[in-house]
Amino acid sequence: MDNLQLVISGLANGCVYGLIALGFVLIYKATEAVNFAQGDMMMLGAFVTIGLTNADHMGLPFWVAVPISLGLMAGFGVLLDRLLIRRMFGESQTSVVILTIALGFVIRFVAGLIWGHEPQTLQNPLAGRDIRFGGLVLGLEDVAVIVVTVLLTLSLYLFFARTKLGLAMQAASQNQLAAYYMGIPVKRVQGLIWGLAGMVACVAGILFAAKGAVDPNSGLLGIKAFAAAVIGGFGSLPGALAGGLIVGLIEPFASRYIAAGYSQIAPYALVLIVLIVRPHGLFSQIRLKKV
Amino acid sequence: MRIVFKTSYLQDIRPWKHGYQLSLYLILLALALAAPLLLDDFYLGELTNVLIWAIAGMGLMVLTGHTGQASLGHAAFLALGCYANIILLEQGLPFLLAFPLAGLITGILGVIIAIPALRMHGIYLAIATLALSVLMDDIIVLSEPLTGGVAGKFAPPVSVLGIEIDRWGTPRAFYWLVFAVTVIVTLGYINLLRSPLGRSFIAVRDSEVSAQAMGVHIARTKAMSFFLSCAITGLAGALMGLFAGAFNNETFSVVISILLLMMIVIGGLGSIHGAFLGAVVIGFLPQFLSISKEWVGALIGGNTVAIPGLETGVFGLILIVFVLFEPMGIYGRWLKIRTWFELFPFYRRDMFKRQKSYLKTERLR
Repeated sequence: MDNLQLVISGLANGCVYGLIALGFVLIYKATEAVNFAQGDMMMLGAFVTIGLTNADHMGLPFWVAVPISLGLMAGFGVLLDRLLIRRMFGESQTSVVILTIALGFVIRFVAGLIWGHEPQTLQNPLAGRDIRFGGLVLGLEDVAVIVVTVLLTLSLYLFFARTKLGLAMQAASQNQLAAYYMGIPVKRVQGLIWGLAGMVACVAGILFAAKGAVDPNSGLLGIKAFAAAVIGGFGSLPGALAGGLIVGLIEPFASRYIAAGYSQIAPYALVLIVLIVRPHGLFSQIRLKKV
Repeated sequence: MRIVFKTSYLQDIRPWKHGYQLSLYLILLALALAAPLLLDDFYLGELTNVLIWAIAGMGLMVLTGHTGQASLGHAAFLALGCYANIILLEQGLPFLLAFPLAGLITGILGVIIAIPALRMHGIYLAIATLALSVLMDDIIVLSEPLTGGVAGKFAPPVSVLGIEIDRWGTPRAFYWLVFAVTVIVTLGYINLLRSPLGRSFIAVRDSEVSAQAMGVHIARTKAMSFFLSCAITGLAGALMGLFAGAFNNETFSVVISILLLMMIVIGGLGSIHGAFLGAVVIGFLPQFLSISKEWVGALIGGNTVAIPGLETGVFGLILIVFVLFEPMGIYGRWLKIRTWFELFPFYRRDMFKRQKSYLKTERLR
């Protein structure tokens, strides 16, 4: 019974990691770049929602604030693409990585300026309620996190696999020039992807802030989400979620069954092991590079 | 406009292009040697700090700037060098032996860590090194008997050839020590770039496939690059430990790793100058910010306010501006300005234009 409780809380944490990892994968799938600021965008989304909802800020009703902050973060993503990422067209992957790391620093700084450095919790209608299920006590938030994440991953997966726009996004990442020739508006597609990533980050942020407190340094959670994305292999949406769940599950079990001090190492050690054994992740798509 | 007329083959491998350039560097060398006599203790300390960062920057530059392997985990090697040096000193080894040994140990450990990393490239390597940097914090805590864990360690004063060197007691001697290490590392680096090994680094950076076709052993070259990079970084870490005086597991955090990478990008990837220019930016930015904060505070009439995270925020902004508008960093900008003067009426805007390419995925189905 105890273990089951650990599994549920681990799954809920893992879903947040998975959602951040989903953002990585979205952007990687469509632009072949990695957004190191995804964790910080998650933090920003959480703070935007807190700013709109909490009584000591604007005090809007929760269900009004959520769509507004989703829209704001989508706009933020599109704006980032317009102002920064689009200028990096044709530059190396490493420069994009460095750009997004710097962006993460700036976002963290600005969030600290606006909302302060105290940890804050999102006031939400689900807080404090729980579901009793046999002998099991589940926080309603935990259940909501898991449900929302699974639904989101599923719909994004279907979006990429089934819709015309999703296919266009994949095409744009696989060969930009050819995509142009086929009449795909590559730039607009890229902007859309960044908007989508902003929205996913916002969902992750809302769930994260509802479960626990968020502060400007919460963005560093992104490092754990890397673990998730790496395990998933960076190219696959369900892989990212699976990776997130694995990392989320390992954490509580490690802290319970492994000596203190060793337990927090587990997720990072797992990344290294995965990278050593399968340098391109478990769900890898990479073959030998051609010239 | 200057035209260098080459009259012997020696001129091609000489590190300097013409006598004027050599004389400029000699003046710089003389100024740096005389710095302790010209500056007060505070600014001398800052200058020492800049030189240490420059050594660390050169360490990362070998790997990232010249071999093209982005590492987000070099703070781990700073930590290794620092702890190795102090532990060897505590075993009673003289500094002149412990210091190079610390570099060697860091280099060897770097290669051992690098062997699995040789198969990765691009973002995967960056993430693996990032994970390593996060892990190093915990590893230091866990190996407490050796490293002192969370309580940390204190750097003892060291003596070189009978001269007592201490960061606070004898800042001048400490400066000269750091300066000597900087000069040795820099000269070694310049020579490395002229050697076949350095050339093969650059070949690997520009295209692994073509380098392989030219007969460069990719894995061996990368391992060598990791060794040199980690060894130099280890030396910088050892100096950093002596400079800081006290340190623990949090001294060499992930943020330091990222700052180090950002530093060489701002300075200019792929040039030794870049490491130094970046170190100047990173060393003097906190001073500059605190002075300008006071100035702004005086202008508004209020007291100066403490803004946490200001340094990294401003640093991030500077970096974004550089990546967008001057990807070659400060040194790249300087090269353009110099070329403008050298070619005076003939400089054209497109002379430094970089070739852009359309994205083509490496993920093939």
